[in-house]
Parts: sequence; C-alpha cells; structure tokens
Amino acid sequence: MLIEVLGSGCSKCKLLAERAEEAAKGLGVEFALVKVTEYPDIVARGVMTTPGLVVDGVLKSQGHVPTVAAIQAFLR
Amino acid sequence: MTGDANSCACSAPAPAPIPGPGFWKSGGWLLAALPAWFLLYFALKPLADWLAFRVFGLLPGSRLGEAVAFFAYDGPKVLLLLGLVVLGVSFIQTFISPERTRDLLAQRTGAWGNLLAALLGIATPFCSCSAVPLFIGFVRVGVPLGATFSFLVSAPMVNEVALFLLLSLFGWRIALLYAVTGVVIAFLSGWIIGKLRMERHLEPWVMDIPFTASIGSEAPVGFAARLELAIQATKDIVLKVWLYVLAGIAVGAFLHGYVPAELLARFMGKSSWWSVPLAVLIGVPLYSSAAGIIPIVQVLLAKGAALGTALAFMMAVAGLSLPETVILRKVLRPTLLVTFLGVVTLGIVLVGFLFNVLM
Repeated sequence: MLIEVLGSGCSKCKLLAERAEEAAKGLGVEFALVKVTEYPDIVARGVMTTPGLVVDGVLKSQGHVPTVAAIQAFLR
Repeated sequence: MTGDANSCACSAPAPAPIPGPGFWKSGGWLLAALPAWFLLYFALKPLADWLAFRVFGLLPGSRLGEAVAFFAYDGPKVLLLLGLVVLGVSFIQTFISPERTRDLLAQRTGAWGNLLAALLGIATPFCSCSAVPLFIGFVRVGVPLGATFSFLVSAPMVNEVALFLLLSLFGWRIALLYAVTGVVIAFLSGWIIGKLRMERHLEPWVMDIPFTASIGSEAPVGFAARLELAIQATKDIVLKVWLYVLAGIAVGAFLHGYVPAELLARFMGKSSWWSVPLAVLIGVPLYSSAAGIIPIVQVLLAKGAALGTALAFMMAVAGLSLPETVILRKVLRPTLLVTFLGVVTLGIVLVGFLFNVLM
C-alpha cells in the first residue's frame, strides 16, 4: 500500500505523516510512506489545499489533518 | 499572516467523511460546557487581581503588579475567546470550501470579480502554507490574476478569527472599520494588478505543468460530523497559536506596566506623520497570526497610539510576511512580486493616514 502525504513541509504535513504512519501500523498492513513536497507534483494530483493524503493513487483528503481513526477508514 | 510551520493559525478544516458517533460523544457535551465558559470568563478579572495582589502580594498601582495582573487577566481571557471563536468559525467553515470560492470566481473578469474575491477571502478557510497550490488552482481554471490577488490579500488579513477577536476586545466599530478597509485594500490591490496585465510575470511552469483541478473532499453529513470536524480543527489551531498569543500578551503586559503612555503617544500618536509608514515597515516582515498581534495592538491603543497607526500595524503584520513572500516567489517573477508587495503596503499606509486624519 502506497501512502503519499502531499505538502511543502508545514507542521500540518508532518502531523499528517505521523498520523498516517500510526494508522497504517495500527492496522498491521504493509505500507510505504512517501512525502511529496514539490509544488508541481502536489498540483498535478489535484490538491489545492495542503496537506493532502493520497492512498494508492487516490486522493482521500486535503486541507486538514484527519484523525488516526479516519485515516484507518481510508486505508481499509 | 501565519505561514510557517509553527504558527499556522489559519488551518483549513475542509470537509471530510467522518463516521458519525452519537451526538453527545461527538461534542454535545460542548453545549453543556458553554455556561461554564461564561462563568469562568466573567470571573477572570477578580481572579487575576486576587492572584497578583493577594497571592503574589504585589502592590496595586505598582509597575510589576499591574503587569502581572494584566497578564493573568488578559492571557486566559484571549485564550478563552480564541477557543470559542475558532470553534464557531471552524463549524461555519465546514460549509465553505476553497473549491466553491474558486468556481464562483472563475471567468469573472472586471471589478466585480475583485470585489467578490475580496469578500470571499474573509470566510474561505485559507492557510498561507497552501498559498502556492491555491494560487495555481485558481489561475489554471480561469480565475483572473487580479481576482486571485484580491483573494490572496483579503484571506489572511481580514480573516474571521481576527474579526471576532477585534469585535470582542474593541467593539463592533473597530471590527467593522478593519473589515471594510481590509476588503477595500484587497479589492484595489487586485484590481490594479489586473489592470497592469501582469500575466506574463508569472513563472512559466505555473501555466505549463500538468494540472488536475481539485474537486475538494467529500462533505460531512449532519451536525455531529461537522461539529466533530470543528472541534478537531479548533484543537489543532489553539495548540498551534496559544504560545504566540501568550507571547503577544506578555509583550502587551510589559508595555502596559512599564512603558509610559507619553512615550508611545509621541512615537505612535497622531502628531508624528512618520509613525504610520514606520509601523507598516516594521509590521510587513514580521510574522504573526492576528491572534498574537491583537493583544499588543490593544495595549498600544490604550497607551495613546493613534488608531490609524495601530490598524496599519496590525494589517501589515497579518496581511504580509516574509515567509509568504518567499513562498510566493516560486510562482511570481520578481516584477510581479514587488508590485504585489508595493501595492498592498501602499494601501495599508494610506489607510493608516486616512484614519489618523479622520478620527
């Protein structure tokens, strides 16, 4: 499972990356976490407000940091 | 304006699908907590005096005593207000998305587009860390460059948290004054940039790279889900800005206790014409959220600073910042960036002068 965290590195992006990792570990799934920090890559994925969360190529949330429980719902 | 990292006060609680637990569990308790909030709020003044003058044994009227009492009163007061305000605003913002604002503005040329953009900037959730993707998202779907700038000026400067804090600390006149002048500055700056036809001063990649228009997140369903989202956003925001707010109040408390009113009145009063440009020049590179700067402005005003000077200072701090300028350089060529900074700075200075003359 590929989890991408989109954002230029603000505190919310870091928080999202932490929560995404916690969520994935909690589910016990195999995953790779990638931080996408370059603006062209962020824009190309249809994100207008960071941080964005993309799971296996599908945009799940943007503009806020979902809770761990909400992220786990995205990962299932 | 808050940009980096640690103090992004303008978090964007965009809607997301949230599994809805029971009403009570998801925040119904908050309605029960409201009376407690009011009780605490109105008990703050006696509590603060008791702490400063009884517990610490400081003398009422002494510099240290007044500074401590001020901090003990203003600190919790502003934090309480901030919490309630951010919660209310975050709840309302679950109904508003940047995507909707963008679609309302797309293809809207002319001055009305600028005015609408400046007004929508007040309510649309915006964080300066998203400035670049948002800018590209707007421009690429056909929002005119001028309207995009009107939005970019208004969103951080006239944001709802600033307005509600002004309203609760200074009353509706000053809040309204700030809102109207902020919108006018945003409207005019964007309109001027639009008239200058500066599209060719964008960095080329902005229009060339592959682009997907954002469709936003799924909207939450029901009161409980929205409230939960708002509570979470409030937690995020308050945890991020409380330190800045307290730092702002500590500076305010120091000014309150130690700086004589005559001194400030001489430097920031009506009589010195250069105080407005100086306040703006100091404020532009500074970088704080409105929540952090308002307590300082409160004391400046009480100590005899002129209203125009204080408002201009606040607008400069909230509306423009060095980190945002650095971020925007990625999409704007120097000519456009300098024009943007110049026009907005000039607008703020003029507003400062105007109020100092009128009031």
